[in-house]
Amino acid sequence: MGIQNTLQEGFFTTRLEHVLAWGRKYSLWPMPFGTACCAIEFMGVVSSRFDISRFGAELVRFSPRQADLMLVMGTITYKMAPILKRVWDQMCEPKWCIAMGACASSGGFYDNYSTLQGIDEIIPVDVYIPGCPPRPEQIIHALVKLQEKICGTGQSFPVAPPLVAASGVVKKGNAA
Amino acid sequence: MSQAILEQLRARFGEAIIETHNFRGDETAIVRREQIVPLCQWLKATPGIECNMLIDLCGVDYSERAERFEVVYHLYSTTQKHRVRVKVRLAGEAPQVDSVVAVWPAANWFEREAFDLFGITFVGHPHLKRLLTFDEFEGHPLRKDYPVNRRPKIPTPDPLM
Repeated sequence: MGIQNTLQEGFFTTRLEHVLAWGRKYSLWPMPFGTACCAIEFMGVVSSRFDISRFGAELVRFSPRQADLMLVMGTITYKMAPILKRVWDQMCEPKWCIAMGACASSGGFYDNYSTLQGIDEIIPVDVYIPGCPPRPEQIIHALVKLQEKICGTGQSFPVAPPLVAASGVVKKGNAA
Repeated sequence: MSQAILEQLRARFGEAIIETHNFRGDETAIVRREQIVPLCQWLKATPGIECNMLIDLCGVDYSERAERFEVVYHLYSTTQKHRVRVKVRLAGEAPQVDSVVAVWPAANWFEREAFDLFGITFVGHPHLKRLLTFDEFEGHPLRKDYPVNRRPKIPTPDPLM
């Protein structure tokens, strides 16, 4: 005797964490950490032509305390690195991070004394976007990939950062 | 036009002028390091020369030379509309030259930059602190012998206030 027999027509059952994940993935609040040209490209994604609001992530916050998605867009120098870390630490759980562009992902062509060779040296990254700068479609694609990751339906990410364990959502979803 | 300035410089400072050249109109005087401050004051204050603007001050590393480092001063006169370059050659691993902040306040950050990236000490500078890199940075990255693959540790940030 399942719960379906007890409840009337029009009900369905699910797991609470799935509902939470479904809600979260369509209301991401991005915190733009823009240091270079990728941030300019991001403006195009937010505004009407590409319109990131179709994916529920249009409400850009400039305070880390009001955001749950950090978008690192641009070159991060060693001098900037501790500031990026501090801003990331100020964001509430659950939180996610997208490294946008070659610089944030790997240092890009700035292979020199001043530039951090990828932000994953200091904070965990969920999705990397290649490109210099990436096209707006790539950013939207990254967002969709992140949504898949949040609700645990996407492909598994082999190098899952500690963030997965912290949020708990993706890990359990993948196991199910 | 600026060639006359080089001749005046020679007449006034004599021995302190090591050499001058004039490549495509870029008049340059290479001077002894002891004389740099009086020479700059003279270039700024002398009527008819009046180099009242320090356009740029930078360090250069010619690692193959005996006098390895050079400091280059680019001067401009807003009244006379002419330009002069002055160079100082410095030897050794810890090169030193007198600061010209007292002559042109604009030299302040330029000298900090040259100190930061080349390790040139400007004697008499009011606040000789690294400008572009951070305090914990080791070495001077624009020196030719700075290893290309060397990466610093992630620093602790300066308090902003």
